[in-house]
Amino acid sequence: MTSAATTAPRSDAPPVRRASLATTLGRLILPVYTGLVVLYMLLPILVMAAFGFNDTEGRFNFVWHGFTLENWLNVFSRYPALNEALINSLIVATVSTVLATTLGVLMGLALTRYEFRGRGPLNLLIFLPIATPEIVLGASLLALFVSAEISRNLTTIIIAHIMFNLSYVVVTVRARFAAFDRSLEEAAMDLGADEWTTFRKVTFPLIFPGIMAAALLAFALSIDDFVITQFTSGQTSTFPLWVYGASRIGVPPQVNVMGTIIFLIALVGMGLWVLVQRRDRLRSAPGATDR
Amino acid sequence: MVGSAPNTDVRLDRVTKRFGDFTAVDDLSLEIRQGEFFSLLGPSGCGKTTTLRMIGGFEQVTAGSVFIGEREVTGLPAFRRDANTVFQSYALFPHLDVFENVAFGLRRRKVSTDDIRQQVEGMLKLVELPDYGRRKPSQLSGGQQQRIALARALVNHPRVLLLDEPLGALDLKLRKQMQVELKRIQGEIGITFIFVTHDQDEAMTMSDRIAVMRNGRIEQLGTPEQLYETPRTEFVAGFLGVSNLLDAEVAVRGERFIEAHLSDGTRLRAPADGLDGTRLVRIGVRPEKLRVLPVTDAAEPHDSDSNLLEGTVLDASYIGVSTQYLVETADGTRLTVYAQNLETSGANEGLADGQRVRLAWKPQHTFVIARNTGDEGDDQAKEDETKDHA
Repeated sequence: MTSAATTAPRSDAPPVRRASLATTLGRLILPVYTGLVVLYMLLPILVMAAFGFNDTEGRFNFVWHGFTLENWLNVFSRYPALNEALINSLIVATVSTVLATTLGVLMGLALTRYEFRGRGPLNLLIFLPIATPEIVLGASLLALFVSAEISRNLTTIIIAHIMFNLSYVVVTVRARFAAFDRSLEEAAMDLGADEWTTFRKVTFPLIFPGIMAAALLAFALSIDDFVITQFTSGQTSTFPLWVYGASRIGVPPQVNVMGTIIFLIALVGMGLWVLVQRRDRLRSAPGATDR
Repeated sequence: MVGSAPNTDVRLDRVTKRFGDFTAVDDLSLEIRQGEFFSLLGPSGCGKTTTLRMIGGFEQVTAGSVFIGEREVTGLPAFRRDANTVFQSYALFPHLDVFENVAFGLRRRKVSTDDIRQQVEGMLKLVELPDYGRRKPSQLSGGQQQRIALARALVNHPRVLLLDEPLGALDLKLRKQMQVELKRIQGEIGITFIFVTHDQDEAMTMSDRIAVMRNGRIEQLGTPEQLYETPRTEFVAGFLGVSNLLDAEVAVRGERFIEAHLSDGTRLRAPADGLDGTRLVRIGVRPEKLRVLPVTDAAEPHDSDSNLLEGTVLDASYIGVSTQYLVETADGTRLTVYAQNLETSGANEGLADGQRVRLAWKPQHTFVIARNTGDEGDDQAKEDETKDHA
């Protein structure tokens, strides 16, 4: 260092130190930032899960009273109305997901593959339910149902959910389908597969991940939708509606437990998906399990 | 033209394909013989791929008819035609392993499991990838994917194999290797290959016959040798190799040879066959057929039959196997000459820039094409338009 300082102009030395400091800081920025983001995203979930174990009396679940498994043991027996709401939510989410995904996939295929009159406007129309404020959509739907003298129940909720889910499904699958290599279908037909066989053996397996992604999104959007459901439910209650109603007098820890259960199911599902994919990759890896 | 000769595998009869206003293939007729390696060669947008896709059944003709063997297949979908395709992008099914990719066609035909295993394994051996059955296409290199695509098509023993620029995505070395490989495989199984390419070298090396296409039509059809030695149009002459063209006027028509005069009066002789009554012609000669002689050496012994043309050396460049000369003639035409370096201190040594030389070549190495007057610019415009559509 001393020889460097004497031979080179003095201004050379400080930049070296500054550079190393900058590098150290630079190395820290990414992990710290990442850690903060992860914490930011996980904290609400951790709080939700933790308060499911809160030993609280009744519905006032805001202060920590100690650890208990009581809420987990009586989760489905303490509030029968909550059970019913949860079942309703599951029915709505399942039915609307299946129908919206089926219709949306067909629409997505039509929009990416065929030229037809009104394709342009339809592409725009699909965005409208996403772009329109949900609360306005809900209020309008209520007005529509009332003026058409349709009584609000589970069916009207499902109809409303299919409507907004359809948009999300189409938008999701359209992007996937547009990237689909059509020569794969030509290859299948070239090898003697008719249209239906080509769809079954080539097209469907390849677009399936896109369809699954769209369906999961639809299910997630449907199961915790509050705004549109509120307007279209009539006397029927769903999980989000029940929680909102309960919040005025206090949300019982059983709600946290149910939330945690749903979260865990999603987590396990994702874990299984990753495992299946990893196993597929291992099995087809060079020399791993060759016959 | 009803029915096909028994040794014809594919016949196109006055086939036209239009996409909107654009005519991709224009009234094209073609017969491809059994067991032939046939190439459709041309620049992008010339209609060669569309022609192939109409044979395969991926495009339906606007007019005309398509025959595979004795059977008319016009209007039939791809899965009802006895032809299989190797796609430019290979189009291997990414969700299936190599074995299932190759077995795909056999499974559609409900071949028994044992037969499938046997045939697929045999085919993988033929393309020299016998132990790759359990791999996914994504784990293969480009060249390997190419071989699998070939195996997947050939395992069905189609009457015709259609190849759509299958070597386009490979690097030069691999491409050369695959060219040899393709010829070997074709020889082994004896199926008719129809090969689409824009690479003239590729078409020349591999094909029994080539159809040079341009603007949706066949410009000339023949063996590689015919196309190279006697191109019938300027386009073919320019597309296959380098050619020197001289504007000339036919003066004498003989039995076997014609005599044509250049503007400076030089007389050149060329074969008479294949030439109609056209008076304005272009005399063509390939660069390697020309011999460069010093003009001073009047006593230079040469075939008295030879065509002789005087000029000035503009440039000489030594490139190892040969020396390339650029020679300008009296009327300003520039000719390229490839002189083989037969001896290290050969006769051509010392031909400096600016030196007067005499070019000599045999009349039978000369070709004549009709000079298209006026419509040349039109043609160029049409070609550019075609390229835009591609």
